[in-house]
Amino acid sequence: METDQRNGAHVEVLIMIASTEKCMHCGACVGSCPKNAIFLNEIVLEFNENCNKCGRCVRICPAGALKMEAKK
Amino acid sequence: MKTDYDVVVVGAGPAGSMTAKHAAKKGARVLMIEKRQEIGAPLRCAEGVNKKGLEKAGVPVDRRWVSTDVSGAKLVSPGGHVFRIDEKQAGNEVGMVLERHLFDKAMAADAARAGAEIWLKTSAVDVIKDGDKVVGVKAMREGEPLKLTAGCVVAADGFESQVARWAGIDTSLKAADITTCYQYRMANLKTEPDYCEFVIGSVAPGGYVWVFPKGDDTANVGIGVLASNLKKPGEVKAYLDAWIKKDPRLSCGQPLEAIAGGVSVSPPVERSVMNGLILVGDSARIIDPITGGGIANGLLAGMHAGNVLGECVEAEDFSEKALMPYDVLWRNDLEDRLWRNWMAKEKFLTLSDKTLDEVIETLATVNVDKMSVHNILIAIKERHPELVKEFEELI
Ligand SMILES: Cc1cc2nc3c(=O)[nH]c(=O)nc-3n(C[C@H](O)[C@H](O)[C@H](O)COP(=O)(O)OP(=O)(O)OC[C@H]3O[C@@H](n4cnc5c(N)ncnc54)[C@H](O)[C@@H]3O)c2cc1C
Ligand code: SF4
Ligand code: SF4
Repeated sequence: METDQRNGAHVEVLIMIASTEKCMHCGACVGSCPKNAIFLNEIVLEFNENCNKCGRCVRICPAGALKMEAKK
Repeated sequence: MKTDYDVVVVGAGPAGSMTAKHAAKKGARVLMIEKRQEIGAPLRCAEGVNKKGLEKAGVPVDRRWVSTDVSGAKLVSPGGHVFRIDEKQAGNEVGMVLERHLFDKAMAADAARAGAEIWLKTSAVDVIKDGDKVVGVKAMREGEPLKLTAGCVVAADGFESQVARWAGIDTSLKAADITTCYQYRMANLKTEPDYCEFVIGSVAPGGYVWVFPKGDDTANVGIGVLASNLKKPGEVKAYLDAWIKKDPRLSCGQPLEAIAGGVSVSPPVERSVMNGLILVGDSARIIDPITGGGIANGLLAGMHAGNVLGECVEAEDFSEKALMPYDVLWRNDLEDRLWRNWMAKEKFLTLSDKTLDEVIETLATVNVDKMSVHNILIAIKERHPELVKEFEELI
């Protein structure tokens, strides 16, 4: 949970998590992301601020390496 | 102002290497950058191609990168009906299974021989623009940021297709136009050593299971499932594992390599050139929407792109107008077929297992002697005209 700066309410913030153990570096998530918000250099997968948490990459990833979770 | 290079190619797959080779041959100063440490690895391909596709792109067959010659294909329906196509006529149409680890390196080696420079472990991270014109790329080379200026940037970054999108050409796909894939290279199989096998229906919703022979008792055993049919993370692998377990010819096998990947099964991009930028291969979404094959199309597009870039270097003009002949050339060769197969894909998606069983069963009575989507569609037209009437004129 995080505190909204404007009204002090608690809001759930979603974050993207990539499992380095499961990722196969195939780029399927990168090419499928409608916001072009993922970058994969050879081994490291990064999400940028354009991600709108649509969840498509989580579904697409053949290895089940991606998760969307509430930020603790 | 003199640029660092005439042409900077992003991505050293078959499409990038062909572009680099042909542009360099015509005298362009070419740099090809590849984010990985090894060209051709990790694999993301089932490695099937036909000789004609290579020939059209002017790539002579070199046995060093051929794994297996194929004598035919088997199309298997959900209920187990088999439509067999035997490649009676040898020669051009014959299919083969490559060693892409070696093939991709051979294509890049040809680019190097033609004079192209190659940098590994170098990722493009953005394009540099001047107004509406792409004038270079920002890259990270072994962790060091750098800027490379170029007359023209080539987006050959494969399925990722990020370079085009950074530049402002929207190559994003809808979920129904993406196939998610998983594949094992397996040994100790009991499948036919010279037949490519395709299993369709609900075993692989919206896609298919394939077995492409890789010599002796080994094969690429993989699956593609349409992304819009996936519900849970990692489901595509579960579909494949379930199928392998069910087929005794496969369940006796063991994996040697596991790979994954995304494939576009969409119509091609509307725009493949803009000022200072050209899109080749998977980045231009020119994979065949029925087969998922993109090697031959990528090579052909790369050849055209390289040749046109050679002319542009001579004329010192990389404007959209000057690059346009490339767009015309690849569309002449591929566009009708890509649209036809996309429409066929859209139609076949709607068919139930029962209908697929019927179609395959009746196809088995039609004589098809060459393995191609076109020939299969002709056979379907003969027996089930209602299935192809929406795109009949393209068959
Ligand atoms: C599972 C699977 C099975 C397939 N089976 C077949 C088949 O049997 N037959 C067939 O014809 N086709 C098949 N395909 C499709 C085929 O693999 C592609 O069409 C083909 O590789 C396209 O070539 P390309 O050069 O456009 O892209 P790629 O071969 O994907 O090459 C793109 C290159 O760009 C690099 N790159 C990406 N982003 C960057 C960046 N930012 N900076 C630097 N480098 C970058 C990548 O590392 C990669 O090396 C399959 C695809 C998959 C996923
Ligand atoms: S789709 Fe999955 S396996 Fe492939 S690069 Fe993305 S996170 Fe890794
Ligand atoms: S959740 Fe959606 S927007 Fe965010 S990275 Fe994944 S596909 Fe892209």
